[in-house]
Amino acid sequence: MNTSPTPATAPFHADTPRLELTASPHVHAPDSTVRIMWTVVISLLPIVAASVFFFGISALLIIGAAVAGALATERLTGPRNAVRDGSAVITGLLLGLILPAGMPIWMPFIGGAVAIGFGKVIFGGLGQNVFNPALVGRAFLQAAFPAAITTWPAMGGGLFDLRGDNFALPLMSGNAPDVITEATPLGLMKFEGTGTDLMSLLVGNTGGSLGETSALLILVCGAYLAWKRYLDWRVPVSIFATVALLSGVLWQIDSERYANPLFMLFSGGLVLGAVYMATDMVTSPVTRAGAWIFGAGIGALVVLIRTWGGLPEGVMYAILLMNALVPFINRFTRPRVFGTPARRNA
Amino acid sequence: MSSNGFRHGVHPPERKELTAAVPVRRMPFPEQVVLPLRQHAGKPAVPLVQRGDRVERGDKVAAADGYMSVPMHASAAGIVTGIDWVPHPDGSMVEAVHIAVERHSAQLPRPRLVPEWESLAGDDVARAVQEAGVVGLGGAAFPAHVKMAPPKDTTVEILIVNGAECEPYLTADHRVMVEYPERVHFGTRIMMRALGVGRAVIGVESNKPDAVEALRATIPSDLDISVESLTVKYPQGAEKMLIHAITGREVPSGKLPVHVGAIVQNVGTVAAIAEVFETGLPLIERIVTVTGRGVNRPSNLIVPVGTRLRDVLDFCGGLNESAAEIVFGGPMMGMVQADLDTPLTKGTTGIVVLTHEETSARATLPCIRCGRCVDACPVFLMPQQLGALAQLGRYEDMQQWNLADCMLCGSCSYVCPSNIPLSQMFALSKAALRRPKAKVA
Repeated sequence: MNTSPTPATAPFHADTPRLELTASPHVHAPDSTVRIMWTVVISLLPIVAASVFFFGISALLIIGAAVAGALATERLTGPRNAVRDGSAVITGLLLGLILPAGMPIWMPFIGGAVAIGFGKVIFGGLGQNVFNPALVGRAFLQAAFPAAITTWPAMGGGLFDLRGDNFALPLMSGNAPDVITEATPLGLMKFEGTGTDLMSLLVGNTGGSLGETSALLILVCGAYLAWKRYLDWRVPVSIFATVALLSGVLWQIDSERYANPLFMLFSGGLVLGAVYMATDMVTSPVTRAGAWIFGAGIGALVVLIRTWGGLPEGVMYAILLMNALVPFINRFTRPRVFGTPARRNA
Repeated sequence: MSSNGFRHGVHPPERKELTAAVPVRRMPFPEQVVLPLRQHAGKPAVPLVQRGDRVERGDKVAAADGYMSVPMHASAAGIVTGIDWVPHPDGSMVEAVHIAVERHSAQLPRPRLVPEWESLAGDDVARAVQEAGVVGLGGAAFPAHVKMAPPKDTTVEILIVNGAECEPYLTADHRVMVEYPERVHFGTRIMMRALGVGRAVIGVESNKPDAVEALRATIPSDLDISVESLTVKYPQGAEKMLIHAITGREVPSGKLPVHVGAIVQNVGTVAAIAEVFETGLPLIERIVTVTGRGVNRPSNLIVPVGTRLRDVLDFCGGLNESAAEIVFGGPMMGMVQADLDTPLTKGTTGIVVLTHEETSARATLPCIRCGRCVDACPVFLMPQQLGALAQLGRYEDMQQWNLADCMLCGSCSYVCPSNIPLSQMFALSKAALRRPKAKVA
């Protein structure tokens, strides 16, 4: 027995270790949000590497600037230590991957800042945002710099050849008349009515944004995440199925006017958007039925915008529009509670 | 019949190998037993003894206070040293009868404190079970006699004996089924007669094939008892999930199992009912699994009710350096212990000593709406929605999202990658709704 007065910090039993007190359940599945985020970052690295392969050092500059903008904003405006969770890195990487190689890098930096500031922090930070932050950043850039964001440098060139005036001073658009540009497959289709062969689309040997050229690589990386259960495969499958179905019907009606389904699937930002943007956990539905509906909505909007809209590409707006509907989709697909007769709509 | 399971649920590591093959043995009597007056769901018992009284093992020391209550019996012979407040396993304080155990006593009880069951009419069996202080030994400690006398306007078609033991680590029920299968069948026989029901099913998770085999090999030829092997998934042992797995029926929201013609009783409780009639001794001891990597000698023990946590741990070789958290019951729904002087009660299924690597003590991040909780919830709630409302204190709105159907199984918290304590929030929300509203002046 301890007779001397015990200090308040002494354990109640001299040979007892300090005991932890937690609420039940006292055990926890090994996964964590931080691990999910950094795994997504790692899964994006091969796609970043491919973009460097196709567009040289410029790709790295653009992506790096977008990540830097995102991280700086998260650090300055977000909660303490928020940068550690990795979500801002994902936003920066994804934003960089949907930009062309030739932009002055101050633009992607601003884009990254807007993506985090107006896409996430303003809503309340991680988990609170309605819209995919990377797409908010891209939408901002598209509105602010319509020319720069639709100037597509051609493939080829050395690793260290810049694909545009990447180092133009801030607020200057820069001019790089000597850079060869080419139209994207969707642009060719929309404005000139010419197709691109499927093999080029799959491998990524076409003009376009940094990370959306190699459909095959994106699918492999996405499959890895789906296998880890870090993304819901129902969303991309639903998007692909809807796009294939709708564009297939159109193509059957008039194969001269409308693009064939395979072209629709593997061109532009559809694969990257379907695999990496639409599956963002925060801005997609939580129910399985909701995932199917969400994906179908995106697919339908993509076909609608690409076929009848003024723009060659529609993935970004399709996802942003469906993001807005997620709360309603969640509500609508609320499961029937065990032991209750039918769904009570809230 | 369904596919012997239910939808959703989680798969925590089972960790039963520590004690699954360890035979049950008896722990020596401690120097002191502490008998809380509230060891069951319902009203606390009323003490019958006072300081200085001598009691034999099995003597009644507190009487049931009404129908939803059970008496308490001395788990060892000795002298009552007082009635005082002690820490209760649920974290509150409770009045308890303290008994200094007589040294070198043979601990022989008075003969037959519980009557022979054959001589008893239907309702008297239930009454004898109440007098013997039997409660559900699966953890909730619901008085056992109440389930032997269902409301008169209901019909019981099937008795389901719950041998799922879906909590990780725990093996007490497993050992009962392997070592005392006849006792399980005898208890089932008593329950079936009391309920007037012709059919019983013993549901066992398929990770206990030896239990299934032992039970199947000993089914009495005159009874319609079958043993069903169930999917290994948490919370398979939850009443609603078990009934669904075995009968394919869903207990309606807010209703009791008897509304779908089923009565569920834990296998350890059924064996205890048999035991009190076999031995004539009331419920004064129970089988407890002492396990976890933080304890030196994991064991399945017969422990006198009221034995202090400290004494049980000492008998099992004490804690080692990796011990971080002590839980009464399983790690999913069990209660964390802060004081080694806490007594084991009738509802204590196990003592699990977890290591720091296992515990859920880590940082919480915001919800990223990954939907894992939605996929885990066995009653199909939307925990992320409920959690968001709970954080805002909107408890009334939570009722619209079926908070009442949450059984606090903890599956949502278990899978949450952001480590949000969802089930704890729901427990607090339920408590907040139960509180009488403040009158607006």
